[in-house]
Amino acid sequence: MDLLSPVVLTLKLAAVTTLILLLISTPLAWWLAHSKSKWAAIVETLVALPLVLPPTVLGFYLLIVLGANGVIGGPWADLTGSALTFTFSGLVIASVIYSLPFVVQPLQNSFVAVGRKPLEVALLLRASRLDAFFSVILPLSMRGYITAAVLGFTHTMGEFGVVLMVGGSIPGETQVLSIAIYEHVEVLDYGAAHVLSAGLLIFTFIVLLMVYVINRRFPTNAH
Amino acid sequence: MKKLAFLILIFLLPDVHAGEVRVAVAANFLATLKALAPEYEAQSGHKLIISGASSGKLYAHILNGAPYDVLLSADKFYPEKLVEVDKAVANSRFTYAVGRLVLWSRDKQPIDRARLSDPDIKRIAIANTRTAPYGTAAQHVLQKIGLWSTLKDKLVRGESIGQTFQFVASGNAQLGFIALSQVLNPKNHFNRTSYWLVPQDHYPLLEQEAVLLTYGKNNPNARNFLEFLKSDVVRDAIRQYGYL
Repeated sequence: MDLLSPVVLTLKLAAVTTLILLLISTPLAWWLAHSKSKWAAIVETLVALPLVLPPTVLGFYLLIVLGANGVIGGPWADLTGSALTFTFSGLVIASVIYSLPFVVQPLQNSFVAVGRKPLEVALLLRASRLDAFFSVILPLSMRGYITAAVLGFTHTMGEFGVVLMVGGSIPGETQVLSIAIYEHVEVLDYGAAHVLSAGLLIFTFIVLLMVYVINRRFPTNAH
Repeated sequence: MKKLAFLILIFLLPDVHAGEVRVAVAANFLATLKALAPEYEAQSGHKLIISGASSGKLYAHILNGAPYDVLLSADKFYPEKLVEVDKAVANSRFTYAVGRLVLWSRDKQPIDRARLSDPDIKRIAIANTRTAPYGTAAQHVLQKIGLWSTLKDKLVRGESIGQTFQFVASGNAQLGFIALSQVLNPKNHFNRTSYWLVPQDHYPLLEQEAVLLTYGKNNPNARNFLEFLKSDVVRDAIRQYGYL
């Protein structure tokens, strides 16, 4: 049971994060793909930052922003009575920021490849914007969505540095897989560390393999 | 009706078992606490939720509002500091263990302080002297025997005493200053027989203090757990794990 708790927690965190990311990344990626605004480059840069920033930088600022006196953590604490740091909700916010580029970029690429034309044709045929998106753009961007979802999910699963700083390693709440493995190694429990590490390795391999197999069956979005 | 009552009972059950104690524990005591946990849980019916890290990191987490009931620090300094800023209950502090520093190597040949000057020794691991009390103790020892400045370039710092052990156990450092409790840990399959037990007068006493945190002030189980730590049976067990 002790071994299972971080696994369940990590899957839950990755699932919630991926869902939120797909929702907010769709309009964001669409805008980035088609906007001619001079702000687009700045937003694109902001989105890409977590790719190259050390997780400790992100963790440090999240600790401040999400803490009881922080810009987000303060109002949250007034509402709920506790800060966002060292809670599951805090981890979700951190993970959404941390994994944002892994979801936005594949979506943006596939939206660029699809282009504006299919949407314009659908609109000419009097489809509503929403209908046009769901019946035309979404199916054409399926490869992008699958890649985005899987990258967002697996990247969140592997998160370490940010969680180490804002998570606090509380079993069942913030002690995700990578932290649990780290702790097992610290107390020389190599058996448990092996079980969790090998499990994560095999799981990630299988998921990625499935994506590449499925992706080969979808048409490339260049057509 | 019976079914409904049963259902209600099921929903109530988690509350009945909600008794838990959240313990933040210094890395050197993590393995010992994990070994003691089943006994406490069986005795009290409460669950121990254990979070381990270096004392300095736990201190920072607690300052930032981490929800821990009890801190088992590796020194007196951090509990004292927490009391000062109202994050811990003043009169709840007590020494639960006195740590012992050892110089350890993975190979089983006898070891003493002379090994420190062996030119074959390329790397010596110590815990971070800023956040891990065992690191500070190791620095004291090296200064006391006059080797601090000569060995300075050979020192590698572990983030906690747990990582310091890793440096030596993985062969990346040939020697390391770690806790006796780590050497005696039954899960240490490398070398449990030979080490240099650093004389007590070489470094300030590693009095490891427990403290009730403000977060756990109203959790009766937290006080109950602290009483458990003070009991004779547990004190004997703690000694067997390499503490005074």
